[in-house]
Amino acid sequence: MIYLDHAATTPPHPDVVKAVTEAMTRFYGNPSSLHKAGAEAGRVLQQAREVAARALGVSPGEIVFTSSGTESNNAALKGVAFQYRDRGRHIVTTMVEHPAVYRVAKQLEELGFSVTYLPVDRTGRVSPDDVERALRDDTLLVSIMHVNNETGSLQPIAEIGRRLKRYPKVLFHVDAVQSFGKVPLDPKGWGIDLLSLTGHKLRGPRGVGLLYVREGVTLFPLLAGGGQEGGLRSGTENVPGIVGMAKAMRLIREEQAAKPDHFARLKRRLVAGLRAWGDRVLLNSPERDEEAAPHIVNFSVPGIKPEVLLHALEEEGYLLSTKSACSSKKDEPSRVLMAMFGDEERARTGIRVSFGYETTERDVDGFLAALEKRLSELLAWMKG
Amino acid sequence: MRYDVVLLRYGELALKGKNRGQFEHRLLANVRQALADFPGLRVRRAYGRLLVELGDVPFAEVAERLERVFGLVSFSPAVRTPLELAAIQEAALALMRSLSPAPRTFKVAARRSVKNFPHTSHELNHLVGAHVLRNTENLTVDVHEPDVELAVEVRPEGAFLYVESRPGPGGLPVGVSGKVLLLLSGGIDSPVAGWRMLKRGVTLEAIHFHSYPFTSEQALEKVRDLARVLSRYGGPIRLHVVPFTEIQTRIRQHVPEAYGITIMRRFMMRIAQGIAEKRRALALATGESLGQVASQTLESLNTINRVVTIPVLRPLVGMDKAEIMETAKAIGTYEISIRPYEDCCTIFVPKNPKTKPDPEEAAELEQALPVDELVADAIARTEMETLDWRARDEIADLL
Repeated sequence: MIYLDHAATTPPHPDVVKAVTEAMTRFYGNPSSLHKAGAEAGRVLQQAREVAARALGVSPGEIVFTSSGTESNNAALKGVAFQYRDRGRHIVTTMVEHPAVYRVAKQLEELGFSVTYLPVDRTGRVSPDDVERALRDDTLLVSIMHVNNETGSLQPIAEIGRRLKRYPKVLFHVDAVQSFGKVPLDPKGWGIDLLSLTGHKLRGPRGVGLLYVREGVTLFPLLAGGGQEGGLRSGTENVPGIVGMAKAMRLIREEQAAKPDHFARLKRRLVAGLRAWGDRVLLNSPERDEEAAPHIVNFSVPGIKPEVLLHALEEEGYLLSTKSACSSKKDEPSRVLMAMFGDEERARTGIRVSFGYETTERDVDGFLAALEKRLSELLAWMKG
Repeated sequence: MRYDVVLLRYGELALKGKNRGQFEHRLLANVRQALADFPGLRVRRAYGRLLVELGDVPFAEVAERLERVFGLVSFSPAVRTPLELAAIQEAALALMRSLSPAPRTFKVAARRSVKNFPHTSHELNHLVGAHVLRNTENLTVDVHEPDVELAVEVRPEGAFLYVESRPGPGGLPVGVSGKVLLLLSGGIDSPVAGWRMLKRGVTLEAIHFHSYPFTSEQALEKVRDLARVLSRYGGPIRLHVVPFTEIQTRIRQHVPEAYGITIMRRFMMRIAQGIAEKRRALALATGESLGQVASQTLESLNTINRVVTIPVLRPLVGMDKAEIMETAKAIGTYEISIRPYEDCCTIFVPKNPKTKPDPEEAAELEQALPVDELVADAIARTEMETLDWRARDEIADLL
């Protein structure tokens, strides 16, 4: 089986599995306990926090460990909204956010907040001008994802961050779940106040995520209790998960430094192969490097049910997704592709291929050959 | 831009004669120590500078270390070329093109210490500047206020080109000023005092008073972490951990509560002086500043200081709390210091401490205690450990 669904989740790195097992076995103390076992677990937690902070280029005190990217996004949006509800009631986000932001924004609307959902162009990107125009006196937060989970579209985060510096009361949240370790990311340099990550997209464990909270930003904590994570996220710390996440962050940054062109090379190869199908295969991901992160490639085959093609390719040994794994069970057009192209058939037939650092050019060639075989059959059958 | 070398500058003006040789020697050793774990990297002396040959090591990682080496005034990442005009011109162009954001104006500032190089500095300015201008767009020369000044140094071992000069931390190289023993609590002040002593070039050792079970394992771990941070500036640090429970208990039993802290601190000074003598340290250092808390009034400092003859340095005495906190944040000790574990100075705090203690009265009250015996016993049971931020423990290996 060739796994080409790294945007859904990633196979854990063997070294991460080892570290999680060891941490779980040896450092079982509760970091809040006063005895030796507690102190040791506390040291593990502290060092993991430092490793994570270093990988992200921020201070250890700015890292809050959570249970997932979804929790990080909820903590950021609701945390800001609830904390500053007396200052304003307006939030700016986009039409192409992951449900873990999009649905949270919808919830906040039910609670009386008003939300602007910015449109995107055919590359799936918002315009920094639109962001600036959407700001109001009562705007609390701008939340924009870095890399889109369905198409890889790369939002102009640095430029938006630069412009938001002129609005010091507006906080800037970035969902970087799909981007960290794959494309350049600079929270400090880009003026980001809050940033979400999750472990399992980085070959780390599931059940652990992270929220970067810039020093000076206050959030209303979603989870009240024992006051762990600087009071921002109560609950006994998931020490083994946190160790795994920190280690995965370090390892993926090393891979990123060692193989800066890896994904771009794979994407060029895949896109060249898809182009050979002419207008029977529509490339949904923008092609240019500055417009998309190259580890995600989305395309539509109008007229072919994507699930059918997906299963055919699985028979050939290739695992991929339709839309995002989180919403692939619903028979609806993709909200993201709709926002980009406004074409329902195209938005209903999207297929997503996503690479990891382990993916090779041979895997891409094999995938293209499998597609050639099975899609030709399907197209002939449809005509027949 | 891939840099080949880093040019390191140090304070030459303040130094004369024999001192200078010692200063340079020490600084070289300290820079080597700070960069010791980068394979393939070399450090050497070169004409009143130090030169780091980077090999494959990224400049950013080296810069982070150099920012903590006291004695460095500034440093510049540079490209090195052979002593040929064409090579210099090409490197200048590549360097200018690599800059982001792209500058709009620049000037070339050439210097040569190789007098037989076929072009004078003045000629070089023009030859290099013209080459860059011919091969770029939207870039002009401004000799008065350029966005970028491109330095070209022609030296016997090659031409060095650079556009940036980063400030070093200044101060004196650690190791040129003798040894000092720092009283290190878990608080915000004492690590800052230690850092300021390191900046004056001292070799630092630290002493901590541990009152287990009244203070926790975490409190000691916090002190170790603080010492580890200080070791980033001054190399591995010896930490002397004094078992202090016995003395604190005795004080509590035999001394009126209001004088408890004064007498506790007098014990600390005596023990620290004993350890300093053993370790050949020439002074003690503390994080005390004037008038912050009861134990830091002038009367209190006087009463506490009376029991020792060794000099007691108080580098924070002229700083206020805000300045101290700012420094603690900048040097990376603040986040550790605010961890909420009690240390021996915060436990047993009396409700009404004596703010103006009297030395005679303190001495009188100490008659109730076998002072010399308690001090000697604590010194004998003191344990020494070495802390180095680079030392990898089992947890670091896990991560």
